[in-house]
Amino acid sequence: MQSRRASRAGALKHSEKITKPSVFVDTHAAASNQEAKSLFAFKTDDDVRKVYLAGREYLNEQGQPYVSPFIGKIKRRLSSDQTLGSPHPSSFGLAEFNHRATEAVLGKKSSAIVENRVLGIQTVGFTGAVRLGAELLRHWYNGDTACQGPVYLSSHCDDSLAGVFQAAGMPDVRQYRYWDAGRRGVCVDGLLQDLETAPERSVVVLSASAHPTGADLSREHWALIARLMMRRQLFPFMLLPVAGLCHGELERDAWPVQYCQSLGMELLCAQSFSHCFGLYGEHVGHLLCVLRQSSVLLAVRSQTERLINALWAQPPVGGARIVATVLSNPAHRAEWQEGVWHMAARCMLVRERLREKLRLLGTPGCWDHLTQQTGPYCCTGLNVEQVEYLSKRKHVYVLPNGCLNVSAVNSCNLDYVTEALHEALSAEPLS
Amino acid sequence: MSVFRDVTQAVPVAVFKLSQDFNNDQDPNKVNLGVGAYRTDEGLPWVLPVVKKVEKVIAHDDRLNHEYLPILGLPQFRSSASAIALGAGSAAVREDRVGAVQCLGGTGALRIGAEFLRRFHDGSNNTQTPVYVSAPTWENHNAVFASAGFEDVRSYKYWDAQNRGLDLAGFLGDLETCPEHSIFVLHACAHNPTGTDPTQEQWMKVAEVMMRRRLFVFFDSAYQGFASGDLDKDAWAIRYFVSMGFEMFCAQSFSKNFGLYNERVGNLTIVARDPDNLQRVLSQMEKIVRTTWSNPPSQGARLVAITLSDPALFEDWKANVKTMADRVLLMRAQLQAKLQALGTPGTWGHITQQIGMFSFTGLNPQQVEFMVKERHVYLMASGRINMCGLTTKNIDYVAQSIHATVTSVQ
Repeated sequence: MQSRRASRAGALKHSEKITKPSVFVDTHAAASNQEAKSLFAFKTDDDVRKVYLAGREYLNEQGQPYVSPFIGKIKRRLSSDQTLGSPHPSSFGLAEFNHRATEAVLGKKSSAIVENRVLGIQTVGFTGAVRLGAELLRHWYNGDTACQGPVYLSSHCDDSLAGVFQAAGMPDVRQYRYWDAGRRGVCVDGLLQDLETAPERSVVVLSASAHPTGADLSREHWALIARLMMRRQLFPFMLLPVAGLCHGELERDAWPVQYCQSLGMELLCAQSFSHCFGLYGEHVGHLLCVLRQSSVLLAVRSQTERLINALWAQPPVGGARIVATVLSNPAHRAEWQEGVWHMAARCMLVRERLREKLRLLGTPGCWDHLTQQTGPYCCTGLNVEQVEYLSKRKHVYVLPNGCLNVSAVNSCNLDYVTEALHEALSAEPLS
Repeated sequence: MSVFRDVTQAVPVAVFKLSQDFNNDQDPNKVNLGVGAYRTDEGLPWVLPVVKKVEKVIAHDDRLNHEYLPILGLPQFRSSASAIALGAGSAAVREDRVGAVQCLGGTGALRIGAEFLRRFHDGSNNTQTPVYVSAPTWENHNAVFASAGFEDVRSYKYWDAQNRGLDLAGFLGDLETCPEHSIFVLHACAHNPTGTDPTQEQWMKVAEVMMRRRLFVFFDSAYQGFASGDLDKDAWAIRYFVSMGFEMFCAQSFSKNFGLYNERVGNLTIVARDPDNLQRVLSQMEKIVRTTWSNPPSQGARLVAITLSDPALFEDWKANVKTMADRVLLMRAQLQAKLQALGTPGTWGHITQQIGMFSFTGLNPQQVEFMVKERHVYLMASGRINMCGLTTKNIDYVAQSIHATVTSVQ
């Protein structure tokens, strides 16, 4: 059939088509990332006891991503609401969502909001927020139209972060010390030293809460870090990937952002509402930009719009509409807030149970950090060999750096998981 | 001092500025012919009946949770969307050499495709590889490819202003003289902004040169179904190129033909020579998507997938699309008839010859300014009008305005 068409067009010899190499011949297969490998191994593992603790989503007691019946109700109501037309498309997304999201992070009485030097942008999820922030820095940071960095990421951070900055054109990604394996907490001295020696004006990515290790900075730490950063003109890019799940309240989780803003710092903050609303598939992200002067707001806004137009034109409206509807209605908000407290509380409960079980088993190591920290993530301190042992011998999957998602632990698998951890930490290394 | 103190004010995007000016205009007769979205005869956005139906189905389906989609998107969406472009009986699909990436609208699909090509097209660094977009084209084409790192975005001859048609000789000339391996962005149908598409014979000539000179084919398909009202007819060019053995990308948007502007439903269809090449390409696409938005939103894609995969819903959708296309055709016919009845100087046959949402009226910048300022009829400086902005209520006023403009401003 193809040769018939070829002769009809009179253009191409059949032989030419099949012997010509593909235009994609030089495209090599991408190395699959750790998370994908881990997930694949889990999916193909047919052991009935298998447990996956390496995911990002908050799972309920039944091991399912949290789906709030309340949110389902709101969704159904919105789907039958005839008055909802397509609003004027805006690159920045839904205005009401941005208003609420910005307030949630900075607090209603924030001087930055009052002085009109804040830009809030609805983005395509958390990654979209980080990417947009990176693009903004790359093109406009300190008048450099092609800023390469340096961008400092904490040790044990999400392994996709570096790639996002690099994709935005900032290849100079470095690391600062964060997780202290010995003390099972933040290595503050190391962190401060690394920031002290970072080149002035470096971008520093900081977890406002829910660091992947579960170890978050205390208020005292923030006071030290903020002062150092101001002195050395380091730029804070703050992360709130699971806003609300550490302390059960958006504003409480965002305290570090409010603190830095109150000191007069300029900053970017990427946050996600996917977790606290159970809207993973809807990608409700937000990028906050706090400026020192309101006089640059319009220019920054216009340039950000250009960047958005070349990335995704405008963000999807569905999830943002749900979040805006809930956050702007006091009754809805109260009902939703109950759900968030419940999630945060359940994380704390699981942490307590894990700690207690590990203590009873006499598992080597100190486990106090489990209950001293909050939120869905924690670091077990397992090394690479022990992580492998855990997955291969016990069919329990954690991240390669030993971090895991506590919400994936429930009454059905708690015993098995703690016994597996115990075994991995006590066993001889795999040869 | 702000670290952003040196940020310069960006030039506003023309079409958004136009809408803003329109919104601020208090004149009761004002008409907005600038925006690129479908409007009903009442001048309102239209939620397709099939979309309302499927939305309810989704909202009430408790089995559907809100989990993250895979990085490349909803599998059912990807395959059904590609099938819409390539045809149900596509040999390429059967041969497992067609893949897709669910993206954030047509813009997202173009961006992901551009990011891939910049990294892998012709060697590992394509920042200097020329990317050709039509003269004129949708203004965001330039921005997307430039943002993806291409430093040499050029235009190929397309619109013959003199004759108000396709400059085929110029187009073919540019294809013959451009550097080998250049990337060409082609409008699959309903060219934006001119509304002028190559005929089948003209497409064949374009394909012959592109194959011979090893140029990369990147289709932009934002209006399938909108141009003629027939999905297959509107996809003829894409399918012809596939049948000729091209490897290519096709950025599809479902914003217009599903009226899902706010849900950001797009698909980057990839046609490769064989499954092996396809898999390697998709693996790199995953990496690129992961650093852009991680994985795509589910709502819109789910809606489209359900609609395309259910025979009854599919028929409903095709009928809805035809409704939109038919209204555009009616407005075209009526506008032309009214201009001829008024005896407006000039030839107006192009209004019905052009296809899709837009028409290049041929009004010059001074005439456009007159239309906007004196008549409060808003159109792009290029003379482009969106036929969807016309209604039975405002068409007389618009025709009279064009007449007044052409007779008083040269």
